[in-house]
Amino acid sequence: MTAPESAARRLPYVMAVNEAITQLMREDPAVFLAGEDVALYGSVFGISRNLLAEFGPERVVDTPIAEAGIMGLGIGAAATGLRPIIDIMFMDFMTVCMDQLVNQAAKMKYMFGGKARLPLTIHTMAGGGRSMAAQHSQSLEAWFCHVPGLKVVMPSGAYEAKGLMVAAVRDDNPVIVVNQKALLGASAPVPEDLYEIPLGVANIVRPGSNFTIVALGAMVPEALKAAETLAEDGLDVEVIDPRTLQPFDTGTVVASVRKTHRALVAHEAVRFGGLGAEIAAQIQEEAFDHLDAPVGRVGAPFSPVPFSPVLESHYVPTAETIVTEVRRLLGRQA
Amino acid sequence: MGEPHAYGGASAPASDWGDDRMTEITREMLLDLHQRMVRIRIFEEEAGRLSEAGRIPGALHLYVGEEAVAAGVMAHLEAADQITSTHRGHGHLVAKGGDLRQMYAELFGREAGYCKGKGGSMHIADLDLGMLGANGIVGGGPPIAVGAAFSNKYRKTQNVSCCFFGDGASNEGTFHEAANIAALYRLPIVFVCENNGFGEFTRQDRHQAIQDVADRAGSYGMPGVIVDGMDVTAVYEAAGEAIARARRGEGPTLLECKTYRFFDHVGVRGMGMVYRTDDEVLQWKRRDPIATFEERLQEMGILAADQAAAIHERVLFEVREAIAFAENSPPPDPSVLLEDVYTLAAGGGR
Repeated sequence: MTAPESAARRLPYVMAVNEAITQLMREDPAVFLAGEDVALYGSVFGISRNLLAEFGPERVVDTPIAEAGIMGLGIGAAATGLRPIIDIMFMDFMTVCMDQLVNQAAKMKYMFGGKARLPLTIHTMAGGGRSMAAQHSQSLEAWFCHVPGLKVVMPSGAYEAKGLMVAAVRDDNPVIVVNQKALLGASAPVPEDLYEIPLGVANIVRPGSNFTIVALGAMVPEALKAAETLAEDGLDVEVIDPRTLQPFDTGTVVASVRKTHRALVAHEAVRFGGLGAEIAAQIQEEAFDHLDAPVGRVGAPFSPVPFSPVLESHYVPTAETIVTEVRRLLGRQA
Repeated sequence: MGEPHAYGGASAPASDWGDDRMTEITREMLLDLHQRMVRIRIFEEEAGRLSEAGRIPGALHLYVGEEAVAAGVMAHLEAADQITSTHRGHGHLVAKGGDLRQMYAELFGREAGYCKGKGGSMHIADLDLGMLGANGIVGGGPPIAVGAAFSNKYRKTQNVSCCFFGDGASNEGTFHEAANIAALYRLPIVFVCENNGFGEFTRQDRHQAIQDVADRAGSYGMPGVIVDGMDVTAVYEAAGEAIARARRGEGPTLLECKTYRFFDHVGVRGMGMVYRTDDEVLQWKRRDPIATFEERLQEMGILAADQAAAIHERVLFEVREAIAFAENSPPPDPSVLLEDVYTLAAGGGR
């Protein structure tokens, strides 16, 4: 399921998120949005602009700066019949509410013998590229994929941002929607209808025959650029966007690698212990005999995100990083 | 923003309501409060014995000594009113009307348990009764109770949530965040502090520089009330006011109940410990919330000694029957290990 090119209307990513929330709140009175500066200010990223005017302060709720309190508010509300969207402004701030998210929200269903239902969406903003330095730029999605009970989605563009947000809010589990600052201005065709992209289903963004790149979130457009460059080397690259990181669509990735025999995973998060390690492990477990080269990984180096634009441009992976790593894997000179 | 300090903070009077006050509580309610306390006491004493005998796995945090708090608060709540509990949570569920068979089956880790054997003592819950879970994380409950209160206000119900927590949890940041949000939004919630004088094995004067947790209420813009947590009628009266206030939409109250844990933080022992003297324990036991209440009920001609004994006997019978049911019920089948990690979509996928 890819954005229909016939849908003439193009929408920036940030407005796609905004439209998703607006339409979801129109659809279901149990949906509300709470977070720091989401109401009067419309969120520092603009995802909730105009919502206060349409839905009022009961449903668009400015909170104190109190991430654990906000997360608990969402958990208690979800457990008692509401369908909250909790905005944690920067993904880095998730560290402040880890108990509520990891020990409470993720485990309630299981610990209580299945009786709890927790339709809770956590919306947050990850990633670098804006010189926001070490405490406002992290990509921590791997942490949350490690916790049974949580689901994690990472949209790669405006179309995915809307459709995955809708699926997240309609899901009866805690779902973390990891948007990335670098993508907020990117436009794509976005249907005006309220559509849903199913969770747990990967998308083959670009079909190819002899190399697979699994790219997460903002690395999808970079991987597509890399694929164009690598075509000059005679590679026909297939680019897969998992869209949902937990549950992960291993089947689509493995089927691709069985066809292409070579693979690389690209994400913006630190490479060590990142999702790339898990995906590479699954590929070798399921398709070892089909592999003609080691499974490559592209990720950020092992340091905090730097501030200086010069340093950050060397930190966040790009299409060039991907091209270089693919060529290295195949034993070719850049 | 209401009337901060309506009950005063540090200056709030400790409750000293005598028998004349009790006459305002119906005879029926006095017996109800008694019954709730006895059920908790016997449930916990039997659980302690089973634990010491190695028949119940894992850790037990027993509520013995603190029964007046759960009984006095819960007598005001209906099933649709929610509570969040603590690691010491059995008493809260018993007082809220929890099913003893399902509770014991959970302590034994059996399929018939409240949580199908997946939660145990520290995660015992009954969402249908508004019991949103015991909690293994100190301070885990307050934000969730605030969420339930938010939900009640959002859905325009008249329900309240009550957040049980200890003096130890009052030092967690989550308590601060929850109290601030609750007061800011004037949510229908009562923060019930069970101040038993210890955070695990650390005495209160070694974990906070104040004596009364209720002192903190004023700083959030909510009233703080102190009551004798060994006196069930005092708790009942004060909780009634706080809950009524919440139901009227006048916002949260911090109700501090001064109580004491007869047993240890975990397990039964409680005496001969380095962190408190036996003399102190014995002094508090002289204020046993059940024994002292029974004396008063006897003086009032409401419950004779033999009638009280008959109630204990009946509850003990019920508890032992629940234990027999639980111990003879099957453990969960290993095939359910991966069930209920997620709520499945209507189509069966996740």
